[in-house]
Amino acid sequence: MSTAAQREVMTVGSVRDVLAAEVLCGDDRALSAKVEGATAADLMSDVLALSRPGMLLLTGLVNVQVVRTAIVAELCGVVFVRGKMPGSEIVALAREARMPLLRTEHSLFEAAGLVYGALTCR
Amino acid sequence: MVSEEFERVYEVTGRDYANAGRASTSIKDILKNLGVPPAVVRRAAIASYEAEMNVVMHAVRGRMSLRVSPAAVTVEVQDEGPGIEDVRLAMQEGYSTATPEMREMGFGAGMGLPNIKKNADVFDLQSEVSRGTRLLIRISQAA
Repeated sequence: MSTAAQREVMTVGSVRDVLAAEVLCGDDRALSAKVEGATAADLMSDVLALSRPGMLLLTGLVNVQVVRTAIVAELCGVVFVRGKMPGSEIVALAREARMPLLRTEHSLFEAAGLVYGALTCR
Repeated sequence: MVSEEFERVYEVTGRDYANAGRASTSIKDILKNLGVPPAVVRRAAIASYEAEMNVVMHAVRGRMSLRVSPAAVTVEVQDEGPGIEDVRLAMQEGYSTATPEMREMGFGAGMGLPNIKKNADVFDLQSEVSRGTRLLIRISQAA
């Protein structure tokens, strides 16, 4: 069993590696933010109700409300699954709020499994 | 702790999904800049955002007023719209009158009002059918 001190910190940058994701926006500082946990959801009300600050959101929903939800709930980043590409206004809003956006070809189920595995193995 | 009183009013337009959430993210920035405790900022931002989405989804237009005092953060939302026919039902998790368009935004699953109540210390909802709804949310700044 590993102790808390031995555990490697999972960052948004390491999620990019785990999911072979493309970074749509997010500077080095944003990518080095610690991932405190993750949630996979298309229902933003669930994210607002159940998330904790510093969590990562995995979602198949692509609209401006996803980024606003991430800002309001103080998440550490958003991953769009199944290769979905958000519009330029969504990326611009995230960039302005320094909210990193990633995009992966994995499905929501696969992405959640990979991130869960990476988070619990560390 | 905030030492002075602060007030700001936002106009919210029904069906304007592109701007939905602007008022709430502004409220969050203001509270943060005023030095309101982070947990209070998050609760106020989440409650405001759900309330703002309700106005955008259901009402014609609305007005959100933010008031900050050393004691509390208060957000009052007053809208012109259809009102809520059965407030008791609307407060139940999962009850919703949302359309598919609203659900596509990631809202409208009957979680909004319960989410707001959960984050508020004071929650007061008054509604008149065919006129509109008034919602008062207050979050205490005391630890």
